[in-house]
Amino acid sequence: MLTKLHSKSKLQLFIALLAGILFGFLLQKGGVSNYNIILGQLLLKDFTVIKIILTAIVVGMIGIYTMKSMGMVQLHPKNGSLGMSVIGGLIFGVGFATLGYCPGTISAAVGQGNLDALIGGIIGIILGAAIFAQWYPKLNKNFLKKGAIGNITFPELFKVNPWIVIIPLSIIIIVFLYWLEIAGY
Amino acid sequence: MDWLFMTKWSPYAVGIAIGILSWLTFYLSNKPIGCSTAFARTSGMIEKLFIGSKVDNKEYFKKFPAKIDWEWMFVFGIIIGSFISAKLSGTFEAVLVPQLWVNTFGSSAIPRILIALFGGILMGIGSRWAGGCTSGHGISGTLQLTVSSWISVIFFFIGGIIMAQIIFNVIG
Repeated sequence: MLTKLHSKSKLQLFIALLAGILFGFLLQKGGVSNYNIILGQLLLKDFTVIKIILTAIVVGMIGIYTMKSMGMVQLHPKNGSLGMSVIGGLIFGVGFATLGYCPGTISAAVGQGNLDALIGGIIGIILGAAIFAQWYPKLNKNFLKKGAIGNITFPELFKVNPWIVIIPLSIIIIVFLYWLEIAGY
Repeated sequence: MDWLFMTKWSPYAVGIAIGILSWLTFYLSNKPIGCSTAFARTSGMIEKLFIGSKVDNKEYFKKFPAKIDWEWMFVFGIIIGSFISAKLSGTFEAVLVPQLWVNTFGSSAIPRILIALFGGILMGIGSRWAGGCTSGHGISGTLQLTVSSWISVIFFFIGGIIMAQIIFNVIG
């Protein structure tokens, strides 16, 4: 691992900026910075969003687990619970359809000139995050710890070699994407 | 280099490139791609302008300090990268109301801005409640095969698909 590079905090902020520029470039070229495409996905008429996410998962997963086995990277699985994922996930979903962007794509929408993203959405997300931070101590006690999952991954849950999960999952995703194309989506 | 000027790339090309970008951020920065904490930190930085260092004592900002970090720079970069892409392809355009919305609810700006604000508030609460967004859970979490991320993403889409039907097929 490049622990020396990881500890250079100013250089890291610069790498973050460059990585963000690439990500924003890709989101815009993929069309997912557009409200119409995101709502098209949620209305199940346009599958661009799912195609990008699933392809990124297959490529990312194979690369990250290969690099991990070579000692080049370490995993950062998030700690979670059913209270977080189910309730938070549903609130996120309702917001996703109402706003028409998510925190990453809204930044790309601002970059390409969408004013509803800039004036409405960005301010809304910041307000929402402030409300959550205010409620956090109470929510943490009552909801966020319910049904704890921890930061476990599927290979750990099934107690198998990661590739026993990665290979079948990649095949399922590729077959699904192939089917989407054949079905004309 | 014509591809730099194209309006749209294949979603598979974009997906592959995002996957490779995630290798790079893990390798070079020991960080997964993510976006929503940047908004939480920004809210703390703005709150600081009003109540000062009391912000740092809030339980949530002890966990996510209200300052510029890796993810914040990443999100700032997204705006620049998208701007470059849109400028190169000539698609940069100031748009107040998106087309799909215009088709159903008309071109008046105020309703769209208010609904975007309301949706944004829900998204701000929901992403921090779930502990991640479409990037942090949807791409980085899922590709690490994290159980909580897969559950979160499934519920992002369940909520989103149901709400989109309500907005466009029940109300609209």
